[in-house]
Amino acid sequence: MQASHVKYRLGKSYGFQILTYILAFACVVPLIAILFFIIKAGVTKINWHFLVNIPKPVGETGGGIANALVGSILIIIVASVIAIPIGIMAGVYLSENRKSRLAYWCRLSTDILQGVPSIVIGIVAYFWLVKPLGKFSALSGSAALAMMMLPIVVRSTEETLKLLPDTLKEAALALGMPFHRVIFKVIIPVGISGILSGVMLSIARITGETAPLLFTAFGNPYLSTNLTQPMQSLPLLIFNYATSPYNEWHDLAWGASLILLLWVLFLNIFTKIVTRKWKVQL
Amino acid sequence: MVTRSDLPLRVINSTPEAILKAKKRARRSFRQIRTENVFKRTLSIMGLVIIILVLGIMLTLIVQSLPSIKALGPKYLWSKVWDPVQDIYGAWPFLLGTLLSSFLALIISIPFSIAVAIFLGEYHPKGWLPNFLKNTVELIAAVPSVIYGFWGLAVLVPIVRSFESSIGVEPVGVGIFSSSLILAVMIIPYAASLGRSMINLVPSHLKEAAYGLGATRWEVIRSVVLPYTKSGLFAGILLSLGRALGETMAVTMVIGNTSLIPKSIFAPGNTMASVIANEFTEADKPVYLSALIELGLVLFLVTVVINLIGKKIIDRFTNE
Repeated sequence: MQASHVKYRLGKSYGFQILTYILAFACVVPLIAILFFIIKAGVTKINWHFLVNIPKPVGETGGGIANALVGSILIIIVASVIAIPIGIMAGVYLSENRKSRLAYWCRLSTDILQGVPSIVIGIVAYFWLVKPLGKFSALSGSAALAMMMLPIVVRSTEETLKLLPDTLKEAALALGMPFHRVIFKVIIPVGISGILSGVMLSIARITGETAPLLFTAFGNPYLSTNLTQPMQSLPLLIFNYATSPYNEWHDLAWGASLILLLWVLFLNIFTKIVTRKWKVQL
Repeated sequence: MVTRSDLPLRVINSTPEAILKAKKRARRSFRQIRTENVFKRTLSIMGLVIIILVLGIMLTLIVQSLPSIKALGPKYLWSKVWDPVQDIYGAWPFLLGTLLSSFLALIISIPFSIAVAIFLGEYHPKGWLPNFLKNTVELIAAVPSVIYGFWGLAVLVPIVRSFESSIGVEPVGVGIFSSSLILAVMIIPYAASLGRSMINLVPSHLKEAAYGLGATRWEVIRSVVLPYTKSGLFAGILLSLGRALGETMAVTMVIGNTSLIPKSIFAPGNTMASVIANEFTEADKPVYLSALIELGLVLFLVTVVINLIGKKIIDRFTNE
């Protein structure tokens, strides 16, 4: 009786262990399925022609996604230019003033901003930039994406700088360096790996964001480099063409999906390798 | 007696050039102090910018949804008909759609994310296989939502459609069930990674004591690890819920986009986020637009509250 009960308990234990294994590894399946399917559907569409041409009208085969590539890159660069300096400075502020009341509210706001649904950011950017200027523009798209980048950059900067020993800063200050030089010449260079990985993660995150661009950058079937005009971007192109009824457009969307997916995965994996190499804790 | 001439010669040099030099040096120090103050102030301003940004977002949403709050009143939230053509606005179909799809997604994803957390936190904290699993699960969060949506539209919807016809429901394919499946995949990483770090925090002497009493592995997990990490796991699930509520693109692409009240979980519907995405640029009447923004405001407030509660729980848990 005793032995059989022990056997029952052990069996139950193993049973749950195996169940855990199965459920845990089932999570890998969707990612593999998505990767496999997108690569299979997208890889035949990508060639040089695809990268340097703009989409053809419905009915004609061929055409590419050059407008979306250029648009995505431009929008992301402008968003980074807005968000990275503010984000790093705010992160430095938070790590330098851990106890002040402003820092408390700033930390809270960063948490809130991180959780705001992307579509809400799109609405707000519409009212801040699109409506006053009277037209959809790439610039407003960049501003919306910058708002999404900010919390990630702030958080990673703060977390990285918090881990640096205080003695480092004190030594530099004792040598008579002014505070801003201590920050720029000692603190930021030492923590640059963590800050950079935060920046890369935030870029990876905004590259795939569609919702904030729907009412801001809006999309554009032609190649445009004017920041005050509507501009196409990769996720917008995927959304518009994937939900269209035309097969030629689906093909374009598959190719664009593959490029977007590879770029995002590359950024993520690269960041991971870098953080492991430099032993950064994020 | 010491006279002045015995002291080491340190006469203050008062030639005109020396005075000029000293003045210059003093000015430089002052300038440096001023730059330092300006720099410190810039840092605080950057901190302030973020606060202003969040307040601005909230204010903009409130101000822009005022027309609809005034015109429709609080019953907007539970009126059942949405018909902009005849100026009838009721948000209930979208609230219901959001709640149904998010909670269904949560229920589907919880076993998986907790399994990942237990696997990585308890069974195999180290090694290449757990590492692979951890990185893969994190990559799930990295895939853009528009790609989930496209994949769902092309692959998942046909599968769901044949499943629906096999159980005798009207085979639409797109609908709340499909979007819940996609959402479930998308939110696994949030609860899983948080749960893993929480399980890592369980003191080993508690587990060893249980093993010493003769508990099996499962019994240790069941009666030591899970009770200890209860609040942390709950916080992870809350954060996943916050994600699911605000998710726009993937849901918009597979939910079917109809403003009728969904009759079952297989019926097409609309969520708050997806209706904004679909109709925002088409809204031609002020009240219509403002009704959509009010949905955004509700979404914003709900996700903020959920996220803040989740973060509070995590803070308390990790500080103990």
